[in-house]
Amino acid sequence: MATRHNITGVAATAAAALALSACGGGTDPGEAADDGEPSGEITVITQRTDIVDTVFADYKEQFEAEYPQVTVNFEALTDYEGEIAVRMNTSDYGDVLLIPNSVTKDQYASFFEPLGTVDELGQTYRLVEEAAFEDEVYGVSITVNTQGLVYNKKVWQEAGITDLPTTPDEFLADLQAIADETDAVPYYTNYADGWPLSQWDGNRGAMGDPDYQNTHVAHSDTPWAADEWHGISDGLLYDVVAKGLSEDDPTTTNWEESKTLLGTGQVATMLLGSWAITQMQQSAEDAGASADDIGYMPFPHQVDGTFHAQVAGDYKNAVNVNSEHKAAARAWIDWFAEESGYAFDEGGISPLLDGPTPDTLGDFEAAGVEYVEMTPAPAGQEAHETDVVNTAEIDLYGNIYRQKLVDIARGAADGDKESYFAELNQRWADARATVGE
Amino acid sequence: MSTVSSPVRGAAARSTALPAPAPRRRGPGRGWKVTPWLFLLVPLGLLVLFTYVPVANMVWYSFTSWDGMAPVKEPVGLDNYQRIFTDPDMFSVFLVSLYYLAGAFLQLVLALYFATVLSFRTRVRNLFKGILFFPYLINGVAIGLVFLFFLRPGGTLDAVLALVGVAEPPQWLGDPDLANISLASTSVWRYMGLNFVLFLGAIQSIPAELFEAADLDGATSWQKFRFIIAPGIKQVIGLMTILAISGSLAVFEIPWIMTGGANGTTTFVIQTVQQAFEFKKFGLASAMAVVLLLIVLLITWVQRRILPDEKVDLT
Repeated sequence: MATRHNITGVAATAAAALALSACGGGTDPGEAADDGEPSGEITVITQRTDIVDTVFADYKEQFEAEYPQVTVNFEALTDYEGEIAVRMNTSDYGDVLLIPNSVTKDQYASFFEPLGTVDELGQTYRLVEEAAFEDEVYGVSITVNTQGLVYNKKVWQEAGITDLPTTPDEFLADLQAIADETDAVPYYTNYADGWPLSQWDGNRGAMGDPDYQNTHVAHSDTPWAADEWHGISDGLLYDVVAKGLSEDDPTTTNWEESKTLLGTGQVATMLLGSWAITQMQQSAEDAGASADDIGYMPFPHQVDGTFHAQVAGDYKNAVNVNSEHKAAARAWIDWFAEESGYAFDEGGISPLLDGPTPDTLGDFEAAGVEYVEMTPAPAGQEAHETDVVNTAEIDLYGNIYRQKLVDIARGAADGDKESYFAELNQRWADARATVGE
Repeated sequence: MSTVSSPVRGAAARSTALPAPAPRRRGPGRGWKVTPWLFLLVPLGLLVLFTYVPVANMVWYSFTSWDGMAPVKEPVGLDNYQRIFTDPDMFSVFLVSLYYLAGAFLQLVLALYFATVLSFRTRVRNLFKGILFFPYLINGVAIGLVFLFFLRPGGTLDAVLALVGVAEPPQWLGDPDLANISLASTSVWRYMGLNFVLFLGAIQSIPAELFEAADLDGATSWQKFRFIIAPGIKQVIGLMTILAISGSLAVFEIPWIMTGGANGTTTFVIQTVQQAFEFKKFGLASAMAVVLLLIVLLITWVQRRILPDEKVDLT
């Protein structure tokens, strides 16, 4: 899973390869035999090498029972991003594939078949705009993730906590109770692996505003002010560490080990995307504890008395523009989202608007969490935030500045919360002035 | 790149078109003038293609604001260099190199000591040679991971210290005052074997009669080291010193694997990598690489001035 969150590095090289190939596609998409009934043999490319021969084999059986004229073959790629980028230089990249992160939106039309307009698909599916360009949708999410904190219910109960914290201060008080009442480490930063720190950025939806990043973040001179998302989230991280509520030595943490620590109750809480829940449950069971101990709570911040959590699509299924069996490929995508139950089994939110909520998010349901789908940046503005990030050299999606934040909080580097946030705001504002709106 | 490869190809084509050599016999030293160049063609071509062209490109990038992907490389003059020399954050990382520099000197002294001891008749000396050289053969990533577990709280080191009564050991990597020392020590452990083997080889090339004569004169071990070994391997010591200094400026592997540059362990090269791949500033990163190259060249030049390349004469 770690690799999935590090794909941006690969993306850069892959994008260069794809940019070249975008001009080379010679096949006219209009000529392919895509009308009529789904039939023929299709190849589905997946990144799930672990379950392609088990779960996916069941999917094949069920799908072929429903569409007897279609035969489905799978190809699972270990290094999905790297391998698919090379294959997309040819026309032979399966019939159904996942849209790689390295393809930019304006390249969609040269690689993928449009599935319908935003309005059409938006009536059935969530987050269609994530894979849309000029009102055409090119992909449907395989599952949808949300953001929050994984915690060990047993430990939190042992500390006598019954209600979910609704503010950062309550959260800190709860962690303090855990430190006082139990032997568990209240919070684990996963500082050494780095990427888990980047998860702190992924929940801007907690501010309850779908337009948040189009009006704040790269459109604000003070993202680290006390009432803006980075001020709230990074501020909470700072306080957790400064109050000594995190692990003793953050520099030697270990991601794989942290899963067992949380599963067995030696660590009480970690901030991670909802994709982590099933992994934590698994390691709890592997370590002889119960999967029921693992809970998931929303970020401790409420707007008008309600929790909000950002939802974002995972990889998206798309149809190869060169496919000879587009109807069959399209049928697979719809079937995968509607019938396969993949998202539910993975503990994710269904890509369908009225799909089932997974058991793993039962806590969210109970807490009345409202899901927020972020509005993508308007056309021409897509790169604005990345430009500011690179100019300011504050890696919102990385770990460098947050590691320094943790270092300052634990007294291993000079400064304090106010001075560091002031410095970050200053660098951010300067970068915004350089980049321009 | 085409500007480089085409003259090479042109020269190769010309050579095949040359007339057969004249039947007249040529004496030694009077041969055909182009011959040595023909032999040098391939190595020189490869050298230019894989060393000088990339370096030239790097120098050119260092004057641009290239982001690593854009087709256009916008020239920005000396902006990147100005940033490196005016932004205190850029240069302060060289302070981290001081830890490695101190480590490097310790490493040279230790290596010289072991090489001297083991060049004399010592029991099971081949075993000791093997033990000392062994760490150098392990791959750097493995060393990083092994030492990560060795140094973590409750790890091997702490367990050993607990046996001798140290109840509360410090955080070897977590304490910012110790982190660089721990990393530099790991580096010493890894590279001492190489220095040791090179010193040992140099010592063994000193004629054995000198030691015999010294024995007859009743010289002590220290005198043998002071008056035979040290002057005899002066060149190698000089070379090792340059390599140690430039190596300590360009430390990358061990801190990158063990701490990723966090907790004040960022070295100049780690910072270069972060600029290039995290913030897409290939122009600035290239300028940093050029600056590092110039610093290493400067140090080499200074060292050559202090220790001129003279013939060693032990007699």
